[in-house]
Amino acid sequence: MAINWFKYSAPTTFYGLAGKLIPWFAFSAALLFVIGLYIGFAVAPVDAQQGEFYRIIFIHVPASILSMFLYLVMAGYAALGLIFNTRLSAMMATAIAPTGALFAFISLWTGALWGKPMWGAWWVWDARLTSELILLFLYLGFIALHASIDDPRRADRASALLAIVGSVNVPIIYFSVKWWNTLHQGSTIKYTGTSMHVAMQQAMFIVLLACWLYAIAVVLARVRSIILERERNTVWINELPEVRS
Amino acid sequence: MKPRQKRFVFIVVALVALAVVVGLVLNALESNVNLYFTPTQVFNNEAPHGRSFRIGGLVEEGSIKRANDGLTVNFVITDTHKSLPVVYKGILPDLFKEGKGVVAQGKMEADGVMHAEEVLAKHDENYMPPEAKDALDKAQKAQGMEKAK
Amino acid sequence: MSLDIWMRENPLTYVWLGSYAVALLVFAVEVAMVIHKRKITLRQVRLMREAGDDARDEGAA
Repeated sequence: MAINWFKYSAPTTFYGLAGKLIPWFAFSAALLFVIGLYIGFAVAPVDAQQGEFYRIIFIHVPASILSMFLYLVMAGYAALGLIFNTRLSAMMATAIAPTGALFAFISLWTGALWGKPMWGAWWVWDARLTSELILLFLYLGFIALHASIDDPRRADRASALLAIVGSVNVPIIYFSVKWWNTLHQGSTIKYTGTSMHVAMQQAMFIVLLACWLYAIAVVLARVRSIILERERNTVWINELPEVRS
Repeated sequence: MKPRQKRFVFIVVALVALAVVVGLVLNALESNVNLYFTPTQVFNNEAPHGRSFRIGGLVEEGSIKRANDGLTVNFVITDTHKSLPVVYKGILPDLFKEGKGVVAQGKMEADGVMHAEEVLAKHDENYMPPEAKDALDKAQKAQGMEKAK
Repeated sequence: MSLDIWMRENPLTYVWLGSYAVALLVFAVEVAMVIHKRKITLRQVRLMREAGDDARDEGAA
């Protein structure tokens, strides 16, 4: 069984598998975005307190969730790479970082646009907003550190440590609204259920799924380029049809 | 132990140690991480004197009084135990309403009133259409439930 | 100030242009960058391969 896992964690097998999967993920992501936004804008009612402005939630919450989860996935791959010295894990971590950073940016941007009309301020230095900003900086730090070291193996190890250390920030973001008093409201999605009207919930979860599929598609596409670049001296890369032609 | 197991143990131990350190630091910094003080904290003298700070709570029902100039507003912030009067001159956010969350930044003056430079509205995490909200409000009134917090 | 009034008069436009158009633009830029990266990486790898073939041919001749 163990051998099978390592087979799929080998760049050789993974490259082809990823290439086959990308179109499926990309297509279903696009479809779900359209459905989610249709429900969000045409089916879901206005909010009793916030009117139309609450509709930012359909992108704000999925982007925030993705920015946090992608960080954990990235740190997980980075740790795997450190422990097992597998080539693909480090490449996956490098491929996830830009997508995670963009979701963190979207989360902060849409949050600011929501905060202005509802709270009365674009930005407040409360624990939730500040820790999400730190998350964006951690992503940027990871990318910059990796790019600044020429030897790829050393770059992998150094940035992996940064990723693992930074993962402490993720639970801080999640629990910040519970541990401290913040301007940001508490979580809408709780273990006990969601404090939201059904159509609003559907729109948010469908866009969340779309974001997941989108993230997987771009990360796989990016990791394929990284594999090509890093393994360009191997026989199997030189035998690939897209390289031979 | 194999080297890979050693590396695994090292990472786990380092992460746990780091989490403990960060936890202790954040705990020590608690009053700085919190965005605002509650009226109870102000009464217990935990809020700073002579400089600007934020105070948060609910706008007390029936406490909003608008002055004749149309800009100055007097209201009371409460955390259901203690209450503090606030005066503010400026435009209030849309969600500023009696019984709703609010965060005001300003200085406590000698008259015991906070003179706010900025007033922000704090909304809750519940989203529902107006009809559902009306039904909920009616049900709550019928039960005589008071909306604490 | 005028922005404050405008966004309250056109909340849906504000939400669409401010949040959704920006998010979709970010996605579009990311997709374009990923596709571009794939193109230049492939070109580089092909060049390297041809250079390697030439070297080997010269070595054989």
